[in-house]
Amino acid sequence: MSNFALETKDLGRIYKIRGNKKERQERKELIALENVNLTVERGELFGLLGPNGAGKTTLIKILTTLLAPTSGWARVAEQDVSLTPNLVRPRINMVSGGESSGYGLLTVRENLWMFSQFYGMPSKEADKRIVELLTMVGLEDRMNTKSSDLSTGLRQKMNIVRGFLTDPEVLFLDEPTLGLDVGASRDVRKLIRSWMETDKNRTLLLTTHYMVEAEELCDRVAIINKGKVLACDTPANLKRDLQRDAIFEIETSPLNGLTDKILAEQAEVKKAALTEIEGGARLELILKDESAVATVINILTQKNIKIKRLTKREPTLEDVFMELVGQRMEDVEKDEPDESK
Amino acid sequence: MKANNSLAFSPSEKVTGWRLFIKTIGARAYPRVIGMQREKSWMFFDVFLPLLAVSAYVFVYRAIGAPEEYVGFVVVGGAMTAFWLNILWSMSSQLYWEKEQGNLALYIMAPNSMMAVLLGMALGGLVATTLRALAIIVLGSLIFQVQYSITSFTQLIAVFFLAMTALYGMGMMSASLFLLFSREAWHLANLAQEPVYLFSGFYFPIKSFNFWLAAAASFIPLTLGLDAMRQLIFPSGALLGFLSVKFEITVLIILCVVFLAGAKFLLDYMEKLAIREGRITENRR
Repeated sequence: MSNFALETKDLGRIYKIRGNKKERQERKELIALENVNLTVERGELFGLLGPNGAGKTTLIKILTTLLAPTSGWARVAEQDVSLTPNLVRPRINMVSGGESSGYGLLTVRENLWMFSQFYGMPSKEADKRIVELLTMVGLEDRMNTKSSDLSTGLRQKMNIVRGFLTDPEVLFLDEPTLGLDVGASRDVRKLIRSWMETDKNRTLLLTTHYMVEAEELCDRVAIINKGKVLACDTPANLKRDLQRDAIFEIETSPLNGLTDKILAEQAEVKKAALTEIEGGARLELILKDESAVATVINILTQKNIKIKRLTKREPTLEDVFMELVGQRMEDVEKDEPDESK
Repeated sequence: MKANNSLAFSPSEKVTGWRLFIKTIGARAYPRVIGMQREKSWMFFDVFLPLLAVSAYVFVYRAIGAPEEYVGFVVVGGAMTAFWLNILWSMSSQLYWEKEQGNLALYIMAPNSMMAVLLGMALGGLVATTLRALAIIVLGSLIFQVQYSITSFTQLIAVFFLAMTALYGMGMMSASLFLLFSREAWHLANLAQEPVYLFSGFYFPIKSFNFWLAAAASFIPLTLGLDAMRQLIFPSGALLGFLSVKFEITVLIILCVVFLAGAKFLLDYMEKLAIREGRITENRR
């Protein structure tokens, strides 16, 4: 038995986009995934981190047998997702953030029971698990509420329970905390950790664009952008390379024409990102060493920009992303339309 | 959140094969059957409104002095429209709505057969619609004092179930086609609604058509089903029938096989195509 729960080799997916009638003859192509090589071991909580449109959802769709790759192959629980999808399906489940699955006329318990039947679970066993899981996520008092009467957060909790209900070997969670409030997100993360800790053979693949979530939950993280895996390692190892660098956050008065390009042109500045905030701006800088901050301060002073706050901090996965892509994830999302989903 | 020791699930004996198939049918039929009890608005939209259309035809027939059997024809036809509307809006376009809701991906990703999901939809729809149709027949018969004279109860039951099997088979087949049509499914359903009212002879005997037109209309399972049922429940029904009941039963059996086999074939094909083109969760790119 292989120890890999998931394996991909040179995996790629190209979408052909239909335009309007005039453009239809020349179909555009969108590369959603390109040469993705990943292995995830059994028992691992693996994170896919990337901005919207990076290809995370496309990868999950391929792994869950919903989309055919255009190149390469992928195996889940030792079975090829394209050649033997029927052997993959009984062993997986998936929950997507913001999904509105189920039927509004049915109660929470009925919706969950219905989905359990599609996996062949005995009704008694399903009922027992439904009660246990709903209790764990604090939804037991809504068991008999119609799902159309649930708030977005509560509905998402129901969806999460649906994913765990069939106790899959490999669970895919695609942005599970999308749109949830802080409390509900914390509950979901707690459930994920508990599920993983209880059985070491369970594998979970989580996609998120919340850095903190990936850092807090994942054993390993792959950073993905524009369909390519840029790095894959433990959060600690990914950040290790940046330990040698100095990371500063500076809050200033309005920037008076200063751009991140001007800062990035400085030899000691590895990466710079500017965000406008109320009454000024926030600079995030990755510098080759601590002393380089003096150069930045000089530039700010020359431009009559006041420094309100200056902090040196430890690297985060956000910094790793910025180092790899050259932009903060938020800025990538602003620049790129979400097409590759 | 509460203590987490319950996540150590005992391994469950999940069923597979035909038992999973049956479970899936039951589970997917459930929302349709239970929905009838929870949304009482169907009493108005699916019983009262069709009765208005029935009434209009009844008054026309009575005004022109048509034989009294025609009133019964209209009431039975009005009841059968409920099945056609169910096929159109709750079977054919259903996979499109399931895709929009996010259920389709979950159905395909689960180890169940999609054919079982469609059969569940059909069975649930059939049970729920039969109640509506019965309500229309009972109310219509009471209001317009329709007299029935059933010549063969066995044949009547057989015709009804064969017509329903063929009709829902056709619905399952078109559901697969609609899977790829995305938003156009809505327009296609709209487009199909009225012509079938006409060609199935909901409000008149199809013998009124010329032979070839009636024969072409017989590809719609309701046409022959309705014609045979009318022959079996009205004294002069046989005189107004298009073909003999036995022949119509034979054709209905053939239609059942063709539509169910077609549904299976198309569903498999469309599922593969949708996975290849990435349309299980997305609309046309």
